Amino acid sequence: MARMKFLCDAERCIECNGCVTACKNENEVPWGVNRRRVVTINDGVVGAEKSISVACMHCSDAPCMAVCPVDCFYRTDEGVVLHDKDLCIGCGYCFYACPFGAPQFPQAGAFGLRGKMDKCTFCAGGPEKDLSKEEFAKYGSNRLAQGKLPACAEMCSTKALLGGDGDVIADIYRQRVFKRGKGSEVWGWGTAYGKPEQRAAPAGAKS
Amino acid sequence: MRGARKLALAGAALLAAVGLAACGERDQVTVYKQGKYQGKPDTKPWENAPGSSLYTTSKWDQGDKTSWEAAVKTRNLAQNEYNRVE
Repeated sequence: MARMKFLCDAERCIECNGCVTACKNENEVPWGVNRRRVVTINDGVVGAEKSISVACMHCSDAPCMAVCPVDCFYRTDEGVVLHDKDLCIGCGYCFYACPFGAPQFPQAGAFGLRGKMDKCTFCAGGPEKDLSKEEFAKYGSNRLAQGKLPACAEMCSTKALLGGDGDVIADIYRQRVFKRGKGSEVWGWGTAYGKPEQRAAPAGAKS
Repeated sequence: MRGARKLALAGAALLAAVGLAACGERDQVTVYKQGKYQGKPDTKPWENAPGSSLYTTSKWDQGDKTSWEAAVKTRNLAQNEYNRVE
């Protein structure tokens, strides 16, 4: 298997928010935390309106992992970026580093205290005993351990949101683009999974 | 007299070294390095028995990564509605 990825087809997304609801329901995400959300551009402009479903893209070279001061992030064998909430200090660096605005922070207590970071887990739980109550309470559902894929993608009514092995979903998308003859742009893939030369360290050229 | 001159020379050298210390040209671009995970270990999804959850519908052999991947791929391909409608 290559690695797990999300792909949102802007030609198909109808902004129904079914993926958001599926995620909330599956993981019992608290009020104020949105692991997934639908973003619409050119709202109301005929022919130019596009919607995309956004969550953690589980980047190949995840910036959140790089900036975390307590190194609470890890990547699983399937390429899913997860974190240990017992280590997270809720500093918010990952939020600033993430190009997708994926990390979420529950507001708790007085003075808007920022809690431990919460984000999409690709429905893969976290570093607790699989399918245990502790894992569900901290990270939500572990569908991968049940041989399933993320609820958001599997629930998508128009199949705009695809989730799973990158090769398989890219093949599905390719077939779709050939059929309809347009809309081959895959939003966010360059940023999340980029080309190797894009990921190279900046040369730091001096003027 | 000689000692005082030596001392003055040493002082001047020290002053120059301290004063010019910030004049070097260094890379201004930060290159992030990935840290090493410090948290608890996680189990692999294929290490679970297919029946360990009430709602498991996929089937694979416990501990067998290949059969788990095959089960996931089957579900993955189900996202292609062309397989169903054509």
